[in-house]
Amino acid sequence: MAKQYETVIGLEVHVELATKTKIFCGCSTAFGGAPNTHTCPVCTGMPGTLPVLNKQVLEYAVAVGLATNCEITRYCKFDRKNYFYPDNPQNYQISQLYLPICRNGHVDIETKDGVKAIGIHEIHMEEDAGKLIHDEWEDVSLVDFNRSGVPLIEIVSEPDMRSAEEVIAYLEKLRMTIQYLGVSDCKLNEGSMRADVNLSVREVGATEFGIRTEMKNLNSFRSIAHAIENERERQIDLLEAGQKVIQETRRWDENKEYSYAMRSKEDAQDYRYFPDPDLVPVQITDEFLEEIRAKQPEFRPEKMQRYKEEYDIPDYDIDIITGSKHMADLFEATVAICNQPKKVSNWLMGETLRLLKEKDMDPEDIRFSPDHLAGLINLTEQKVINSTVAKEVFEEIFETDIDPEQYVEEKGLKTVNDEGALRKTVEEVIAANPQSVEDYRNGKEKAIGFLVGQTMKAMKGKADPASVNKLLKELL
Amino acid sequence: MDILSYTAVELAKAIKEGKTTAVEAMQAVLDRIEEKEQTINAYVTVDREKALKKAAAVQQKIEAGELAGPLAGVPVAIKDNMCTEGMLTTCSSKILNNFIPTFSAEAVLNLEKAGAVLIGKTNMDEFAMGSTTETSAYGVTRNPRNTEHVPGGSSGGSAAAVAAEECFFALGSDTGGSIRQPASFCGVVGMKPTYGTVSRYGLIAYGSSLDQIGPLTKDVTDCATVLEILASHDSKDSTSVERQDTDFTSALKRDVKGMRIGIPRDYFGEGLDPEVKDAVLSAAKVLKEQGAIVEEFDLSLVEYAIPTYYTIAAAEASSNLERFDGIKYGYRTQEFAGLHNMYKKTRSEGFGAEVKRRIMLGSFVLSSGYYDAYYLKALRVKALIKKAFNDAFAKYDVILGPVAPTTAPRLGKSLSDPIKMYLGDIYTISVNLAGLPGISIPCGTDSKGLPIGLQLIGDCFCEKKLIQTAYTFEQSRKGE
Amino acid sequence: MANIIDDATIEYVGILAKLELSDEEKEQAKKDMGSMLDYIDKLGELDTTGIEPMSHVFPVQNVFREDVVTNGDESEKTLRNAPEQKDNMFVVPKTV
Repeated sequence: MAKQYETVIGLEVHVELATKTKIFCGCSTAFGGAPNTHTCPVCTGMPGTLPVLNKQVLEYAVAVGLATNCEITRYCKFDRKNYFYPDNPQNYQISQLYLPICRNGHVDIETKDGVKAIGIHEIHMEEDAGKLIHDEWEDVSLVDFNRSGVPLIEIVSEPDMRSAEEVIAYLEKLRMTIQYLGVSDCKLNEGSMRADVNLSVREVGATEFGIRTEMKNLNSFRSIAHAIENERERQIDLLEAGQKVIQETRRWDENKEYSYAMRSKEDAQDYRYFPDPDLVPVQITDEFLEEIRAKQPEFRPEKMQRYKEEYDIPDYDIDIITGSKHMADLFEATVAICNQPKKVSNWLMGETLRLLKEKDMDPEDIRFSPDHLAGLINLTEQKVINSTVAKEVFEEIFETDIDPEQYVEEKGLKTVNDEGALRKTVEEVIAANPQSVEDYRNGKEKAIGFLVGQTMKAMKGKADPASVNKLLKELL
Repeated sequence: MDILSYTAVELAKAIKEGKTTAVEAMQAVLDRIEEKEQTINAYVTVDREKALKKAAAVQQKIEAGELAGPLAGVPVAIKDNMCTEGMLTTCSSKILNNFIPTFSAEAVLNLEKAGAVLIGKTNMDEFAMGSTTETSAYGVTRNPRNTEHVPGGSSGGSAAAVAAEECFFALGSDTGGSIRQPASFCGVVGMKPTYGTVSRYGLIAYGSSLDQIGPLTKDVTDCATVLEILASHDSKDSTSVERQDTDFTSALKRDVKGMRIGIPRDYFGEGLDPEVKDAVLSAAKVLKEQGAIVEEFDLSLVEYAIPTYYTIAAAEASSNLERFDGIKYGYRTQEFAGLHNMYKKTRSEGFGAEVKRRIMLGSFVLSSGYYDAYYLKALRVKALIKKAFNDAFAKYDVILGPVAPTTAPRLGKSLSDPIKMYLGDIYTISVNLAGLPGISIPCGTDSKGLPIGLQLIGDCFCEKKLIQTAYTFEQSRKGE
Repeated sequence: MANIIDDATIEYVGILAKLELSDEEKEQAKKDMGSMLDYIDKLGELDTTGIEPMSHVFPVQNVFREDVVTNGDESEKTLRNAPEQKDNMFVVPKTV
């Protein structure tokens, strides 16, 4: 009988923190920007420069630690991790090894098998590296240090996951928690969330872990799932062939669906960590901790529960809306103004999602204000505009966050409530469409729809379709 | 009076009184450099044109009443491991043979704000690793008191420039004695302040936890004056200490009555040159005559300071010097095959033997399997050494001893045996490990006419006691 | 000499420190490092049980900066000392 194998997975997740400035200098962390325009002597490792810790980084790291049930290290330090690479301007990275800011936490994930706690070994603060660009014309690489010194936290899990499904659930959970904290936008495709997968296999029932490998360069949930499946099979094949798994770092190539070892004689993986003498220890006071604790937001599970109790909207809507902190904030702020949860939810679930999909945007990228959505809902409620016009106006709100009242006024989009004008148009439509009138009178109910449409067209959409319908029936 | 024989404070006063000008002073210094540099080689870089232009600008400000400080218009030399915007900064290494910083060290800025005028950059042991200024990639510096001898190091260029009157004062840096020992060898005053007193921003690091910038001057008054201007809390240096007591010139009092001075017996044992010993002990006698309470005591752990220091300094240096890789600045090898070959060739060609020796040692003591046994052990011993000083300062205001076991050795005699060379640092090194202030002041000469230095060590933040003691000693000797 | 540094160690440390020593330098380095380590071994004479390693001499803690952008575009300065640059970036030997 073939042996049965179990996959053991631990994750190292890097998250770029949404601070305004870098971890050790006053350079902007803004994404993009021409090469090396967000750099200074400190983040390019100029001789004589010294780091000074950005307080916001500490606050964010502690906030994530609290949200993931970690113990906060009250006396923590920074260490230097020494290795030569061109994206690392000092050839050491300031990180934390001996006294990381958070330890011994966990998050609960939910899969089809139920709820499971995934342990968090530690969370530490560190600086990001620069970016290497491979020159297309010459046989060289180019270094841009804009990203060098952008603050990161690295969340190291325990080897508690057993499947790609659990890994994805864990990552989703982390992403949601961190987005709710407002600490990062956690975009895998932009690199603001990056996951390295440590994986080993062992026979079912074995108590010892197998030899693990570390997989890097996983930029999407898709590639994470693929890489896990691929690596699991690779390791099982090795073991079945009587060979050993080598502890090594491997790089995933999503196009080839294949990983290769990043081995090099010059890469000794001996980082010579030692406490950075240029930075002083951090002592976390009770007050500081309480301050951060008090700022913890309502997280998704509690929010979903509350929505169920407070708003009469479907579970599916709740799931989608709370799936983005930004959307949930928008929802609540809009409801607070117009007090129409169902209508607000409809706009988010319908037109908003449609436009997001059409424009390939994330809910986090929504830019319109709750005032304007609430204003639009009021306009439709008061029948100032009809639903077709409302959709047009909403597109404008979505695009450029216009004020709907002003916009409707300026563009003359108000529904025509002038009975005389409406009656005149309806009479003209009746006169111009004798065949449809005939059909209707012969019992073809559908024909009235055509007549309503013709009237709306003649009114340039600025009529209330229900009133048109009523008037038509009356005149026929 | 010859303008060059003025002290820095005297010169500033003379300029203020219109007896001379900043430009005249600079011109005199530049002429002196012209005359002396062939033999002394105290400088790596002198920018004559810029120095004169700057002196003229400062003179204008002095005349306009915008600059009135005690160093306004005074030409200063800066050790070549401090960044100077727009001026070559080499650390006396080939690897920085073309590096022109885009900013100035905080200490340099503080001096410039006070109206001191930069002459140029002084020679040093490469990356401050050495005690003779013979490891410079830009030639040895010779001791102005006897040009067959070394000036000491690593701030040998700064000490020599002061002694040869090629500047009115200079800045040095001290990681294990690099200000005090050359001051002693060249017969000038040198002070290493309490760690954190002078910002390290812009000082190219050797051993970050030990490095401290300080003055090399003609006398104690200049020393206190310069230190007062250098000391500042700098938000760019996390290890910078906020101090309220930096009015060091207020301690320029001839009074040591009741000052408790401890002489560590451990500093007077085997290896100490008898002439140095005599000179230092007579200095103690002078202070006793002035009313100080002088006692002998056992400091303990002295022989452990050197191995502790070399472990910590080498470890930190190995990491600090990783950034010199031929990518962002400085020297890059001409021909290479791939990235790692470029790194290795650049660094092997760019660094000198002593620097490589310490980088290798430092990388080794931090490497996997050795960190605890070497590096952590050294940090633990450092804690013991700190405690030994705490105990001593519970009893004494000032510790008095020699700066170095001998006077300046002859050129070319030191580098062959590293351990022997390192032993020369035995009296200065523990001061850095414990973060203490220490001052070196001339206290005599040996039979060859080479200067002997007296070292006074204070508790952290107690520079004033050192200055007061040193000043009293200096004033008492004047009559001799 | 108690500490014998072999070729493999010198080779390994050379990889860590990115230094390439000539054969002559290697021999010297073996000798120097061996005698330095012998000397450092002297620290073993001291009982340091229960002593906290001291990395900072003063208990200075919690030095922070506020999260405020203070630097503008300094790319020209950043690149001014570069041995080789292209398109506002540092040129390095190919890394893949």
